[in-house]
Parts: sequence; C-alpha cells; structure tokens
Amino acid sequence: MIVRCSTNLRGESTKGVHMSTPNLDVRDVARLARINLTDDEAATFQSQIGKVLEYVEQLGRLDVSHVEPTAHANPVFNVFRTDAPAPGLGRAAVLANAPHSANNLVVVTKVIENP
Amino acid sequence: MSDLTNLTVSELQAGFRCGDFTPADAVRAIEQQIAANDGRIGAYLARDFDAALAAAESADVSLPLGGVPIGIKDVINVLGEQCTCGSKILAGYRAPYDATVIAKLRAAGAIPFGRLNMDEFAMGSSTENSAYQITRNPWDTGRIPGGSSGGSAAAVAAREAFATLGSDTGGSIRQPAALCGVVGLKPSYGRVSRYGLVAFASSLDQIGPFARSTRDCAAILGAITGKDHRDSTSLDLPPEDFSARLGRDLTGIRLGIPKEYFVDGMDARVREKVEAAIRQCAELGAELVEVSLPHTEFAVGVYYIIATAEASANLARFDGVRYGHRAKAPSDLLDHYRRTRAEGFGSEVKRRIILGTYVLSSGYYDAYYLRAQKVRTLIRQDFAAAFEKVDALVCPTSPDLAFKIGERVNDPLRMYLADIFTIAANLAGICGISVPCGLVEEQGKPLPVGLQFLGKPLDETRLLGIADAYEQSRAQEMPPGQPAQSEAL
Repeated sequence: MIVRCSTNLRGESTKGVHMSTPNLDVRDVARLARINLTDDEAATFQSQIGKVLEYVEQLGRLDVSHVEPTAHANPVFNVFRTDAPAPGLGRAAVLANAPHSANNLVVVTKVIENP
Repeated sequence: MSDLTNLTVSELQAGFRCGDFTPADAVRAIEQQIAANDGRIGAYLARDFDAALAAAESADVSLPLGGVPIGIKDVINVLGEQCTCGSKILAGYRAPYDATVIAKLRAAGAIPFGRLNMDEFAMGSSTENSAYQITRNPWDTGRIPGGSSGGSAAAVAAREAFATLGSDTGGSIRQPAALCGVVGLKPSYGRVSRYGLVAFASSLDQIGPFARSTRDCAAILGAITGKDHRDSTSLDLPPEDFSARLGRDLTGIRLGIPKEYFVDGMDARVREKVEAAIRQCAELGAELVEVSLPHTEFAVGVYYIIATAEASANLARFDGVRYGHRAKAPSDLLDHYRRTRAEGFGSEVKRRIILGTYVLSSGYYDAYYLRAQKVRTLIRQDFAAAFEKVDALVCPTSPDLAFKIGERVNDPLRMYLADIFTIAANLAGICGISVPCGLVEEQGKPLPVGLQFLGKPLDETRLLGIADAYEQSRAQEMPPGQPAQSEAL
C-alpha cells in the first residue's frame, strides 16, 4: 500500500518560516494512512498529536537556510552488489504466513471494481 | 544449579571450558529461574526450552560464545519462531528465516533463546505499549523496566537471561538498561546488520546487546558485527577486537561533560549519582572537560518528526495481504486496509503513523520533515565538534528513575521527553553505552541509576574500554544479584 507523501525536495526558503498553529485534521491524515479511527481515538489523538506538534514548533526558532539536510547517519551512497541469483525463502515458507492462500497463491481482496 | 544464573557470560564460558558445568546446565538454570520468577516479571513472550536444550547438547564451547543462551527481543526474526513485535497485527506470524545477527550468533556458538517483550514496534519508553503483557522492573514490580527493549533488560536484571539482544532507535537499549541496572550497548550506525530486524525508523535503528558486564557486551558485539549485503547501510570495516582496551584505567582519556545534559528538570538524586561517577572517572585518570552540545534541546523534536515519518513508511507493509492480521469480510480494498490496521495496531503505533504521515504530507513536508533533517545536521555537527576535544562524553542515561506503571500512559509528550539524553546519539549515528552507577532509595526500594558514555562513530573499542574501567572500579559497590537481594526470591 502507498502512503501519500510530498516529493518536493527542491529546498525551501526557511529564513523566518513559522510552523504556525498546526492545521491538523486527524481523521483526514488517518485516511491517508489507511487507518480507521473511532470517535474516541480521533478526539484523543487530535489533542495528543496537536501537543506534540506545538512542542516541535521550537525547531522554527533556528535559521537552517544554509544547512544541508541529513537523511542518514553515514554518508554512504550507491551501494552495489553483484546481481547474482540466489535461493529465496521458498513458496511454502512464504505462504505459511499468508492470512488467506489458495492454489499456491496469496488470495487478496478484490482490487478491480465491477463495471 | 540456580546460582549459575548470577554468572556473567565470560564466567559461564570459563566454567564450560574447564568442565565445571555444561551449556545444558546453563539452559536448565535459566529455565528454573524463569519458571520461578517470570510470572512476576513478565519479560518473556515465548520460550522453547526443548530446542535450547537440544542446541546446548551439541554446543561447541570452544567457539567465541559457545553454548551461551542469548535472549532475543521479539522484533528480530529467528527461523520458525514467533516475531510479534509486541503487536496483535503479527499474532501467529512465524519467521521464515534467521536475521543476520541470529545467523552470526549461531556461527559464534551461541543459542538464541526465547522471545522478549517490548513496546509495540519498539515505540515506547516503558514496555507498557506491548499488546500482550506488562513487563515489571525486577527492582520494584510496581514500576516500568524502561523501553522499548524492556523485556531484554528485565530478563538480564532478574537473572532470567545471561545476555540478550535488543534494538535502539532513540534509547531503547540504553534507557531500559539504566532503569534495570544492567549494561546496554548501542553500536554505531552501520556497525550491525539490521536484516531480519523489523524496521521502525531505518536511519536510526541499531541492534545491540544487554549483559551484566561491559566485557560481555564486547564479546557479543564482536559476534554480531560485520558487513552484510542484505543491509546496504552495514559498513565494510576491518575486523576488530572490541575487548582490546578492557582492563585498563582511564589514564590519557579525555572525557567531555556536556553541560546541556545536566538540566533543571532531572531527578536531583540521579544527578548526584552521575556526578559522583564522573568524579570516580577522574580518580581513574580521566581528564574531565566541559563541552557544549548547543542543539540538545531540539533533539526530541527532531527525533519525533524523523522517527515517525520513517515509521509511517516502514509500517505501510502491514496491510493484511502477505502476512499478519487481516480484517474479516472487507467490503473493498480500502475497507480491508483501514480495518486491518485499525484492528491490528495499538494506540501508540497509530498515533505515530498519523504524526509521521502528517509531517510528510504535501504542504507540511518542508516545514516539518525537511527542517528536522536540517536540524539533525546541526546536532551531528555538535557531536563532531565535541569529539575534536574529547575521546568520549559522559552523562546520565535517563533524567529519571524507573517510574510507576501507568503513570505516563496518557501523556505521550511527557513520555517522549524521558528520552532526552539518549535520542541525540541515534540522530548522530554515534555509539553509546549505559552502565550501572548506583542505587537511589525510592519508597523503600533501591532503584538503579545509569551512567552513559557516548563515543565517536565506530569507536566502540575505546568506548567499551572506558565503560569497563569505570565498571571495574565500582564492581564491589553493586555486586551482581542485587534484584534477588532486593526482593525475596
């Protein structure tokens, strides 16, 4: 499954940026994350996550306009290995964990809608 | 035979090699201790004594960890065993392969044994987020053992394991080690392969050992380290003897004291114990230097943006298709996903996935995620600058003693702030270790305090040498077996 995320990696004009009061709609984000919430969960998370977002507002105090982002602790790039076939886990071992399988295949919920 | 459980790994191996007792005796001693004690502690989610005994019978005690049973956090795949990650969504899952660390432990002669409780998907600081059971601190069973590797720490403290493996994303080895009074090592990023570790935050996660001595942690690190083509972040490094600097004093060592790690909000008694331990390091020959890590106050905020963002992507794989829980009779694919994940994940995991999805979402990505990555750079630079002046840093592991079960479950932000002294090491990719440094009496019961040493990236040999020097200087003050003495067993 896919969680939607921005691909905007072009950098930003960060100087003076304010993270402003978070415009968080927990139900909308949970929908993006493919999680149903009960009314109680939505109310609790709205408040709890709101407090965490208020806390991280402190990052807005720093001028990071000339700072490169760190994505990984080690600056290692383009790790290659030989493209050689190797044994996999085996069909039986993999299917043993599938919640629903038949005919040596994983049975999935219908993806294509009726016309 | 139950007094075998008080031995360190190195003492156990010495006994195997001179024939005083066998690996099967060691497994039986653990079995007895678990049977007598784990109902009270709740460290183990599963254990298979028959398999461990069979492995013990054929163990080669000449190998580096020959015949030593090692408990495994329930987030690391061991062929044929459960790997629930403390989550209902993985109930019933059986690992179809060994994680690289498990294959390496077996190659070193060790016996991977048991499944240890944890916060669901390693998200938590108290092990209260396990979907299965509470783990109790062996020093005071009304208190938490720390987390997320609470089962791994409590098992070693309660003599239900000689050593264990855990994982550390923001302190999940070091903090429970501190609160349970054992030694816990987080290796540098890239030191240990994570293949077979269920991913939480991939730019931060690292596997490491718990034990009752620094020497044992060095031996286990030596067994599990190494380049693995199945984890492209593992580094190709020359072989190293991590025990090379054990048994020395601290002459010639420059220890930095980061002034930002001694804050007003911390427990004054913890501070006192840590300051006494630092004076002890000076007596052992270390030169003490005050240093500054000026961006420390931003570390928790950076961490909870980056870790949740990565978690929201990593946990997308739990979709009820190939493994794990699947909702019954879904009306369509979206209903399948949403109900599967609503039913399978607990509150903290949902909260973090939602936070992580939010900070990555269009319109907020730059303000939260990208900014956090930039502040992460500043935090790394703080450590790099400090390590130009000193060999290692010394500070508290946790600002608090073990807190009471239930005390913080409704206040996630307060729970997050408990990680303030451990998180920055993961952001910077450096190595760190927590060693016991004393006891504080709280409501009639002694509770352990942890001393944290932080080392340069890939400087584990020196870090372990420093921790060992301190540990040796105070071994008399806190002998092994304390939990057994503090509560009737």
